[in-house]
Amino acid sequence: MQKEYTVTVYTEDRIGITNRITIIFTRRGINITSLTTAETEIPGVYKFVITVMSTREKLDKVVGQIERLIEIHRAFVHEEDEVVYQELALYKISTRSLHTGDIERLIRENNARILTITADYFVIEKTGHQQELTDFIKKLEPYGLIEYTKSGRVAIVKWSRRFHEHLKELHTQEAPGL
Amino acid sequence: MQQKDVLPMKPEIADKQLAAKPVITGSEAVIRSLIEEGVDTIFGYPGGAIMPIYDALYDFQDQVHHILVRHEQGATHAAQGYARSSGKVGVAFATSGPGATNLVTGLADAYMDSTPMVCVTGQVAAALLGTDAFQETDVIGITMPITKWNIQVTRPEDIPGAMAKAFYIARSGRPGPVLVDITKNAQFGEFEYEYKKCEYIRSYRPIPELNQDAVTAAAALINGAKKPFILCGHGVLLSGAEKELIALAEKAAIPIGSTLLGLSAVPVDHPLYVGMLGMHGNYGPNMLTGEADVVIAVGMRFDDRVTGDVGTYVPNAKVIHIEIDAAEINKIIKADVAVHADAKPALAALIKQVNPAEHAAWLEEFRAADKKEYDKVQHAELYPQEGELKMAEVIRLISEKTKGEAVLVTDVGQHQMVASRYYRFKNPNTNVTSGGMGTMGFSLPAAMGAKTGTPEKEVVAIIGDGCFQMTLQELGTIHQSQIGVKIVILNNNFLGMVRQWQQLFFDRRYSSTEMVNPDFVQVAKGFYIPGKKVTAREDISAAIDEMLAHKGAYLLEVVVEKEDNVFPMVPAGAPVSSIRLE
Repeated sequence: MQKEYTVTVYTEDRIGITNRITIIFTRRGINITSLTTAETEIPGVYKFVITVMSTREKLDKVVGQIERLIEIHRAFVHEEDEVVYQELALYKISTRSLHTGDIERLIRENNARILTITADYFVIEKTGHQQELTDFIKKLEPYGLIEYTKSGRVAIVKWSRRFHEHLKELHTQEAPGL
Repeated sequence: MQQKDVLPMKPEIADKQLAAKPVITGSEAVIRSLIEEGVDTIFGYPGGAIMPIYDALYDFQDQVHHILVRHEQGATHAAQGYARSSGKVGVAFATSGPGATNLVTGLADAYMDSTPMVCVTGQVAAALLGTDAFQETDVIGITMPITKWNIQVTRPEDIPGAMAKAFYIARSGRPGPVLVDITKNAQFGEFEYEYKKCEYIRSYRPIPELNQDAVTAAAALINGAKKPFILCGHGVLLSGAEKELIALAEKAAIPIGSTLLGLSAVPVDHPLYVGMLGMHGNYGPNMLTGEADVVIAVGMRFDDRVTGDVGTYVPNAKVIHIEIDAAEINKIIKADVAVHADAKPALAALIKQVNPAEHAAWLEEFRAADKKEYDKVQHAELYPQEGELKMAEVIRLISEKTKGEAVLVTDVGQHQMVASRYYRFKNPNTNVTSGGMGTMGFSLPAAMGAKTGTPEKEVVAIIGDGCFQMTLQELGTIHQSQIGVKIVILNNNFLGMVRQWQQLFFDRRYSSTEMVNPDFVQVAKGFYIPGKKVTAREDISAAIDEMLAHKGAYLLEVVVEKEDNVFPMVPAGAPVSSIRLE
């Protein structure tokens, strides 16, 4: 059955690695709905967090084919309950709406915060799951939402302790020069 | 003894000289790296962006033999043939742009068929990258999905490291092609050269650790089996596990079927060898796959040409999958016991735990199926008394006259299937064919590579008339480099396999499959290669003798039955049990 999965991929720091990973999804016609990557706590090791709509069966094979790539340490498929995750959204609102009393309450109630205010607009930041972030759009619309933007997912895997210890151990070994 | 008139160096100078690394160009580093990796043969084609490397090569002609091909695709297939017959890494050179894009088919072929190959391409200078410079192409991007690894090098000092990694990756684990793209400035630049072989990459685990529990579980399945069946794949050859595979089969009396690329791992005349699997494989191994209760798949990946309809494949069997590439396990067929390991140690461990057994009735089923196929198909194919020549009888004669000891290089189509079915392979690594990709035009260049890699062996290319015309320019290479390959064109004036499908599945609508061919013997003559054309049955035996007796390259054109079909046949996507004998 198709549903949303989180795929995590741990890689070396290498030009083109994103392409190498994504073409494996492309081959099987799987659409990537979000992709986030950043260096992990281990210098030189990068983590990709990829969300996709697909089936477990397909993704297990995709992950196997990703792991086959030379510069990949490991790749995993995670069910919803195996990860703690967040996404971050920014909302740009017309400053005029600040004068209406409700927006302040809305920001408080939704655990959002204001990042900046200019004469024309202000920017609100909110973290949460996708649904919460898009629900917040609807709440903000009456106040004159100018623009909305959202990050990909960042995720911590619940059972990641052993694997991260393994990665730290790897760190004591020489990183590839190329 | 030290000469007296040479003053001893001051110790500090001597130390410095010993420690000093030679300062050389990136181009020279490429050649020296190849020599460090044991390379003595390169197939390639020069051009603008790789000229510095060719210039460096000029100084090393006594150590590295460069074979100038006529098209870069030919360089890749030659490198593949070289690798497949010799077991060494094949090397191909090409320039940037069109030179590099011409490598694509060979890279894809080598990737599908797990062939160790290192391609070196020239690239425009680093400063021009991304500017649409003359003959610039993003060869890294293009070849990413069809190489095991690729890298662009833009600084001379990175060349030795890149080359060392390239060879390590190409030959280790499940082998595959690697491409190293070197910018012109990196070729020209000078640096202090030092070469260190690569033996480890921290994110890459080419040889998985053998899981003894999996071996024990596999042995338990085999020991309980009434109808065990071994599927022998290319991995057996790549691992050098032929002896272990045969020992396992002999210990427990297990019949062995082979994939197309697994051919030659087990001698065809071995009593437990029961034939080829798949679409045009033998009747027994296809039919009886359905009856087997334990299937031991070794170094194979359940290609759709082997399985037919996956849903009905091995319906009654527990599957043991011995495979070095984790991504192949459970990809197509779910393994009841997965042994993620190199075939050789896995089989060696398995033999110890497998009990001697006899499966007389089960083996008898294979013999009966074999007889049925022989009576219904093979006899008429191998020993026809009248009508036009048949491909199978030509292969039979070549097989007999070479005692099954030649390296058989086949192209793609009917002649490939017939050759694979009827050549009686005796020794490992003597079957060179394009399996996964099915690349027409593969065999002529692959045969010249195979002959270069194993000059002591007779190398016979079996080629269809369509395939031959895809890469026939390599006759020029064969002549120039004096490569003694025997070229047999089985000419039916058709793209035979496509025509067969048109006949069987498209209502005999022969759309664009009939060929009006040149005079192949004249073509060969134009390249100074002697040849002969045979159309009559009474001439074929002597013509093959003449070809084999000839020193050097020789082309034999055999005009065969125009509308012959290859049987047995499993229709595409159908269960293997629906294999047709006619």
